[in-house]
Amino acid sequence: MGWNGLPILTLITWAPFVGAVLIMFTARHHPLAVRLIGAVTTGISLVLSVAVYLAYDTEAAGFQFYEKIPLVPALGISYEVAVDGIGLILVLLTAIIIFSGVFASWTVQTRSQEFYALLLVLVTGVFGVFVSLDLFVFFLFYELAVLPMYLLIGIWGSSAQVRPRGIFGWAMRETGVGSKEYAAMKLTLYLLLGSAFILVGILALYMAAGGSSFSFLELEGAAFDPVLQRWVFLLFYVGFGVLAGIWPLHTWSPDGHASAPTAVSMLHAGVLMKLGAYGIVRLGMGLLPEGTHDWVWLVGTIATINIVYGALSAMAQTDLKYVIAYSSVSHMGIVLLGAATLTEAGLNGSVFQMFAHGIMTGLFFALVGLVYEKAHSREIFKMGGFGRMMPGIATAFTLGGLSSLGLPATSGFVAEFLTFLGAWRSAHSWWLFPAVAGTFLTAVYVLRVVKQIFWGEIPAHGEFHDLPDARGPEWVALGLLMFVIVLFGMVPWIAVYPIDTATVPLLIRLGIRP
Amino acid sequence: MGLQPYLILAACLFTIGLFGVLTRRNAIGILLGIELMLNAVNVNLVAFARFTGETAGLIFTLFTISITVAEVALGLAIVILIFRVRRTVEADQLHLLKG
Amino acid sequence: MNAGTLALAALGLPFCSFVLLAVALPLRRAGRAAGALSIAAIGGSLLASLVLWRTLPGESVELTWTWLPAEGGPMATVGILVDHLTASMLVLVALVSFLVQLYSLGYLEHETPPALGRYYAYHSLFAFSMLGLVLASNFLQMFIFWELVGLCSYLLIGFWYTKPEAARAAVKAFWVTKAGDLGFIIGIVLLWGQAGTFQFSRLFQMAGDRTLPTAGLALIMFLIYLGAVGKSAQFPLHVWLPDAMEGPTPVSALIHAATMVAAGVYLVSRVYPLFLLTPDVLALIGWVGAFTALLAATLGLVQADIKRVLAYSTVSQLGFMMAALGAGASDAGFFHLLTHGLFKALLFLGAGAVIHAVGTNDIWQMGRLARAMPQTMIVFLVGTLALAGIWPFAGFFSKDAVLAGVWEGGLAIPFLMLALSVFLTAFYMFRVVFVVFFGPRHAEGHAHDAPPVMAAPLWILAVLTVGWGIGLATRGGGEKAHGPEWVPWLATALAVAGIGFAWLTYQKRVVTPETLARAFAPVYTAAVGKFWLDDLYGGLYRSTLLGFSRLVGWVDRYLVDGLVNLASAWTLRWGDGLRRIQTGRAQDYLYGIAFGLLLVIVWGYWR
Repeated sequence: MGWNGLPILTLITWAPFVGAVLIMFTARHHPLAVRLIGAVTTGISLVLSVAVYLAYDTEAAGFQFYEKIPLVPALGISYEVAVDGIGLILVLLTAIIIFSGVFASWTVQTRSQEFYALLLVLVTGVFGVFVSLDLFVFFLFYELAVLPMYLLIGIWGSSAQVRPRGIFGWAMRETGVGSKEYAAMKLTLYLLLGSAFILVGILALYMAAGGSSFSFLELEGAAFDPVLQRWVFLLFYVGFGVLAGIWPLHTWSPDGHASAPTAVSMLHAGVLMKLGAYGIVRLGMGLLPEGTHDWVWLVGTIATINIVYGALSAMAQTDLKYVIAYSSVSHMGIVLLGAATLTEAGLNGSVFQMFAHGIMTGLFFALVGLVYEKAHSREIFKMGGFGRMMPGIATAFTLGGLSSLGLPATSGFVAEFLTFLGAWRSAHSWWLFPAVAGTFLTAVYVLRVVKQIFWGEIPAHGEFHDLPDARGPEWVALGLLMFVIVLFGMVPWIAVYPIDTATVPLLIRLGIRP
Repeated sequence: MGLQPYLILAACLFTIGLFGVLTRRNAIGILLGIELMLNAVNVNLVAFARFTGETAGLIFTLFTISITVAEVALGLAIVILIFRVRRTVEADQLHLLKG
Repeated sequence: MNAGTLALAALGLPFCSFVLLAVALPLRRAGRAAGALSIAAIGGSLLASLVLWRTLPGESVELTWTWLPAEGGPMATVGILVDHLTASMLVLVALVSFLVQLYSLGYLEHETPPALGRYYAYHSLFAFSMLGLVLASNFLQMFIFWELVGLCSYLLIGFWYTKPEAARAAVKAFWVTKAGDLGFIIGIVLLWGQAGTFQFSRLFQMAGDRTLPTAGLALIMFLIYLGAVGKSAQFPLHVWLPDAMEGPTPVSALIHAATMVAAGVYLVSRVYPLFLLTPDVLALIGWVGAFTALLAATLGLVQADIKRVLAYSTVSQLGFMMAALGAGASDAGFFHLLTHGLFKALLFLGAGAVIHAVGTNDIWQMGRLARAMPQTMIVFLVGTLALAGIWPFAGFFSKDAVLAGVWEGGLAIPFLMLALSVFLTAFYMFRVVFVVFFGPRHAEGHAHDAPPVMAAPLWILAVLTVGWGIGLATRGGGEKAHGPEWVPWLATALAVAGIGFAWLTYQKRVVTPETLARAFAPVYTAAVGKFWLDDLYGGLYRSTLLGFSRLVGWVDRYLVDGLVNLASAWTLRWGDGLRRIQTGRAQDYLYGIAFGLLLVIVWGYWR
C-alpha cells in the first residue's frame, strides 16, 4: 500500500479537498486565513509530489505507489490509485501549477473564500484523474475537475470584446459571444459533451470485458474486438480531444481561457488540457492498440493543423489573453503529434510537452493576470514600454515566450525537439515540417508581443504611468515557474528517465517494440 | 345481466367526466368532472368485485371514496385560495406555468 | 590539468558568473561590481583557453554525458570536443569577449547601475553560450548553444530597448536567423534519421569508412548550411546584420563582428568531413559566399553610418570565409575567421571610441579627428590596413590564403567576384578613414582620445594584429597559402588601387563621389535601396504572413466558432419554439394526457 505504508497518492489528491472544506467552514471573513490554508494544503501536495517524484523507481516499469480500496465490489468499482512515469510527471505539474496559482491569485477580492474552495476542489479532481486506475472513479474525478470551472469563470471571470460579424453574425449575437457567462457556458457544455463520449467509451469497454471490473489493469489484459477498438478509440479521441483542444473542437478554449480569472486560466490551460491528452494516451492508446493504429493518421494530421492554425490565429489576436490562449491550442498540437508518432522519442516528447507547456502557459497566464491587474488593459497595441516600469514581469514574460518558441535551455525546446525526432521516424514523416514551421510562427507572434508590450516607449496618452512591478506572493509563483522551466530545459533527463519507464511499455503494448 | 353493461356505464361516466374536465372553464366544474371520473373507476371496481368474487375491489373502492373526499376538500381549499389571490377561478386565467 | 578540465573551466566560469548575476539581485543592481565579476570570469576563461591552447594534446579529447536518455542507450548527449580548431576558436572568443567587456566599462559609464548589471549578465551568458558552441561535441548541443548565442544577440541588440529602432532591429535579427535555423534543425533531425546519432566523432567515423548513407545527404547538408546562412549573414539572409548595429558598439564588436556571426563559418569547418561528401553543396557555399562578399562590398560603399560600413564589411568578409570553405580551402577560411575576428573587433572598438567622443554615427558629421584622437586614428588605421589586406598585417595572409584557395578550388567566377571585393573593401574602408580622420571638420566641441580602460583593449588588439602578421611574415610569408605566385601580388595591387582611388576621391577630390554615383547609377541606386531585399521581406511579412494570419484568425472566429454559435443559436431557437407548447393551462396538459392514453390504447389494440 502506498509508499512505506503511507497512502501518499491519496494524501496528494485529497489534501486540497480538505483545504477547501476547512476554508468553507473555518475561514469566513478571514481572507488571509483563506490564502494560508490554500497555500499550506497545496504546499503539502507539492512537497509530497516531489517526494513521490524522488522516490519513483526509474529502473522498474509499470505502476508504483499502488493503493486499492473496494467501493462497489458487485460492479467491480474500487478506489484504485497508482502512478507510472506519465502520471508522475503530470501529478508534479499539477502540484506546481496549483501552488503557484494560489499565490498568483492572492489579490482576488470578491468572495475569495468560495473562489479558493472551488479552486481546491477542482484540483482534487485533476489529481484524481492522474492517479486513478479505476475508470469509474477516473470518470468521477474527471467530472469533478470540469464542473467547478463553470462557477469559477461565470462569477470571477472577465468579459472580452468580440464584435459579431460574418455570415453567422446573428447566431453570435444571440449567444452573447464575448461575455464571461457565454464563455463559462460554452466551456462547460463543450466539456460535458466530451465527457458523454468518454462515458460511452468506458461503458463499452466495461461491458465488452465481461462487466466485472473497471480497473485499468484488468481491462488492459482484455483483448477487445478490432471493430470495437476502432469505434471506442474514436469516442475517446473526440471526447478527450475536446478537452485537449483539437481542431476544430477547440473554440471553447480561447474564449474560456480569456475569460477565466488568472489561477483558473493557469490551471485550465496548464493542467486540464493535458488531462485530455493524458486520456487519449492512457485510455485510447493504452487499452486499444489496434484502434490506435487505425486512427493515428487522423490524430497526427489534426495535430499538425492545430500547430500551424493555432499559431496563425494567435498572431492575429489583439487581446493579450487570446494570444496566450491560442498559443495553447498550437502547443497542444505538439503534445498530440508526439503521441501520434508512436515512437519512443515522440511519446517522450509528448509527455514532456504536457509538462513543459503546462508550466509555460501557467507562467504566461499568471503574467497576463498581473499585467491586466496593473494596467487594466489587455489590448496589446495600446500598451508599450512596460519593461521600464515592470522589469521583473518583462523578464518572466520573455522567458516564458522563449520557452514557448522552443529556445534551447528551456523546457519547451526539449519537448519540441523530441517530437520532431519522433515525427520524422513515424510513418508520416511529413508531420515534421508543419511542426517546425509552427516554432517559427511562434517566434514571430511571441516576440512581436514582447516587443510591443515591454519594449519601445511608453505611450503618450498617459494611461500607463508608474505601474508597479510584481510583488511578494506573486514572485513566489513567478519564481517557481521560471525555475522549473529552466531546470527541465537544462537537465531534461530528470524527467525523461521516469517518462521512459511508461512510454516503452506502451510501445510494447502497441506492438511497435518487441 | 352480465359485466358488460356496468363497464359501459363506467366508460360513459368516465368520458362525461373527462369531457367536463377538459371543457369546463370554472375550476369547480373541473373538480366535479374529476369526481365523475373517479366514480366511474369505483363502478368498475365494484362490478369486477361482484363478478370475480374477489373482495379486494370493494376494499379499494372504500379507499377511493375516502380519498376522493379528501381530494375534494383539498381541491376546494386550493380553489378558494386561488380565488382570494387572483379574484377568479377561471382555468384560462390560471396559466402561471406558461413557458 | 588535462584538456577536458581546462575546457570545462573555461566554459563554467562565465556560466557561474551569469547565474550569480541573474539570481543575486543586489549584485546585478550594483552595476560596476557586476561588470567586475563578469570580467573576472571571462578573464579566467581566457587564461584556461590559453593554457589549453599551449598544451593541446595531439589527438582530440572528447567527454560526453547523457542528456536525453532512451531505452537502448542515450538518444542525445552533451559533451565537449577539444582539438586544434576548438582551441584556437576558444582563445579568440575568450580574448575578444574579455577585451570587449573591459572596454564596455568605459563605453557604458553613463548607464544606470541596474542597466549595466543587466548588460554584464547578458555578456556572461553570451560568453558561456559561445564557448559552449565552440566546444560542442554533437549537432544537438551545437544547435542549443547556437540558439543561445542568438538569444544573447537579440537581448544585446535590444539593450536600449526603449529605442524603437533597437527593438525592431533585435526582433528582426532573431526572426531572420531563426528562419535559417529552421533549416538547421530539420537538417539535424533528418541526419539523425539517417545516421542515428548526433555525435560529430561518430559521424566523421561513418563518413570516413563510407557507412554513412549518402541518399539525401546533399539535402541534409544544404539544410544544415541554411543555419549558417542565417547566422553568418550570407545572402539572402544578411539583412539583419546591418540593422543589428542599433545595439551598443562593443556588442557589435563582439557578437556581430568577431564571434557569433562567425559561428556559421565555424559550423561548416567543424563538420567539414561531412560537407566533403557533398561537393555540390560545397560549390553552392562557395558561390553564395563570393556573391555575398561582392554584394555587401557594394552596399558598404554608400553607407553614411560608420557602424553600418563596418557591418557590411563584416558580411563581405564572412562571404570570403564561406567562399574559401566552399572551394575546399577550409584551413584558409578558418584562418581568415581568426584574423578577421581580431581586426574587425579592433575596428568596431575604434569606431566606438570615435562615436563615444563625437556622439554621432554619421561619418559626414565627423572629420579631422586625426589631430584630436591620434591614438584612435593609429589603431583604426591598423585595423583598416589589415582589413584591406596590406602586407604585413595579419589580414594580408589570411585574405591571400582565401583567394589562393578559391583559385585552386577551380571557382573562377567566384574568384573574380572576390578580387573585385578586395578592391571595393580597400576603397570603402579608406573612404571612412579619409572622411573621419582627415576630412574637413564638422563636429562641434572637442573630441579626445578614449580613457585608458577603452584604449587598452584597442592597443592590445592592434598589437596582436600587427604582431601576428609580422610573425607570419618572418616565418616565410604565411605557410598557409599554396596558391600561384601571382595571387598575393594581385591582391595587394587591388588593395592599393582601392586605397589610392579613395584618396583621390575623398581626400584630393579629383573625382567627386557624385560623379561616381552617376557613372555607376544602376548599382548606386540598387545599393542605396539595399537591393530591395528589406522591402521584399517586409512586404512578405506584412502582407503574406500577417495577412494570412488575420485571415485564419477571422476564419476561426467567424466561421469555425461561427458554426459552434450556429449550433447554439439553433438550439436556443428550437427551445424557444417548443416553449410555446407550454401554455400553462392545466386543461391543455390534460388533453395531452388523454391523447397519449388514447394512443397507448390504440397501439396496444393493434399490436
